[in-house]
Amino acid sequence: MTSIGTGYDLSVSTYSPDGRVFQVEYAQKAVDNSGTAIGLRVKDGVVLAVEKIKHSRLLVPHSNRRIMTAGKHIGIASAGWMSDTRHLVKRVREESRSYTDVYKTKVPAHIIAERLAMYVQAYTLYSSVRPFGVSTLLACMDAKGPQLYMIEPSGYYVGYRGCAVGKGKQVAKTEIEKLDLDNMTVREAVKEAARIIYSAHDDTKDKLFELELSWVCKESNDLHVHVPQDVYDDAVQHAERSLDDDDDDNEMDDDEDL
Amino acid sequence: MPQLKPGEISMGTTIMAVQFDGGVVLGADSRTSSGTYVSNRVSDKLTKVHDRIYCCRSGSAADTQAVADVVRYHLALYTAQHGEEPTVKVAASLFQQICYDNKDNLMAGIIVAGWDKVDGASVYEIPLGGSIHKLPFTLAGSGSTFIYGYCDKLFRPDMTKDECIEFVKNSVSLAISRDGSSGGVIRVAAITEDGVERQVVHGNNLPQQFLG
Repeated sequence: MTSIGTGYDLSVSTYSPDGRVFQVEYAQKAVDNSGTAIGLRVKDGVVLAVEKIKHSRLLVPHSNRRIMTAGKHIGIASAGWMSDTRHLVKRVREESRSYTDVYKTKVPAHIIAERLAMYVQAYTLYSSVRPFGVSTLLACMDAKGPQLYMIEPSGYYVGYRGCAVGKGKQVAKTEIEKLDLDNMTVREAVKEAARIIYSAHDDTKDKLFELELSWVCKESNDLHVHVPQDVYDDAVQHAERSLDDDDDDNEMDDDEDL
Repeated sequence: MPQLKPGEISMGTTIMAVQFDGGVVLGADSRTSSGTYVSNRVSDKLTKVHDRIYCCRSGSAADTQAVADVVRYHLALYTAQHGEEPTVKVAASLFQQICYDNKDNLMAGIIVAGWDKVDGASVYEIPLGGSIHKLPFTLAGSGSTFIYGYCDKLFRPDMTKDECIEFVKNSVSLAISRDGSSGGVIRVAAITEDGVERQVVHGNNLPQQFLG
């Protein structure tokens, strides 16, 4: 549903009569048009997966990563404008660094999530700047265990056990809700994440894409890293196999196309 | 090197802190002097910065009070923001940051000691330059120089709380009898998971020692 906020949507410091700030909602649209990103928090870690849509065959594989690391134990995946993302990641790195400088320990997840959210929210207050067109998934391992937060362009943030952003978020969310996340391990979650990204990917819209997978867990020594090559290959295989199975299933339903 | 300004109050001092399994014991004398005049003969140099974290202050009374106030504020804020108690390590790091960043303008020798549920008992020393040292026990202040030998010989890492309290009372009382800048009563604080227990040893109850 596209709503036009004629007259009240020119500046982020203007409310509409029905209490909306249209500029922030438009920023959300930028997120919805980007490649899908999902996060899964399971019992021993957090997995991030991104559908990295490639706009050219000339791009070097595994370059221009969409999943980034801050402070070693924090992973950041996002949907929306990559240039805005890079700016936010820089900020998270600075905040994490400044926390460690003062308190001499790694920044806890709920603190860094709040700091990032406060920063994003500040850009929704002034007409001289525009809101960030990014929804950020923050994966973090701290003393309380694995945690996953999502920060929206409005600065609203909440912790999740599983979440999805971007083009295929509806499909992804449906799939994620079927999973028993609390009892899953990261090894299982990686495969599921890959499968969900592949199923959320719409081949008719963007042909070329690369799957990016990362995790922070015991196996990675509580560091956020891209998954090892063998785990990645395994996950991709699992994802492609499930897609084939789905296609086989779908052939039976051809009569019922709407 | 920062000097005491004319008329500024010094805390000649003997302070110490000792770690045992399950807590720490802090001890201090109670003399605050301004030159040869003792401006407070019953001062409390064991200052609370959080429920289970105390510091011992030596050097300039004004400087150490100011720094302790700032740290106390930050630790209260930490609890509000983090939803949990700060560790002794965090408290010591905050002291260290202030002492180091302002080393040219401060004269503060601080011992931070306490108990937290992450690391248990800890003792940290932050001498004049703003360096930080984690130790099983430590002494500071002008009076400490006279009792290093005594403490090094008698300290054991497996002492009980009561043995530590005796150790601290004996050490501080020996320092008081030889250091002109230390005197008054002996203040002791024992911090464990269950809370803080404070004691005062008056002049007539000082431990037995050779008095000439």
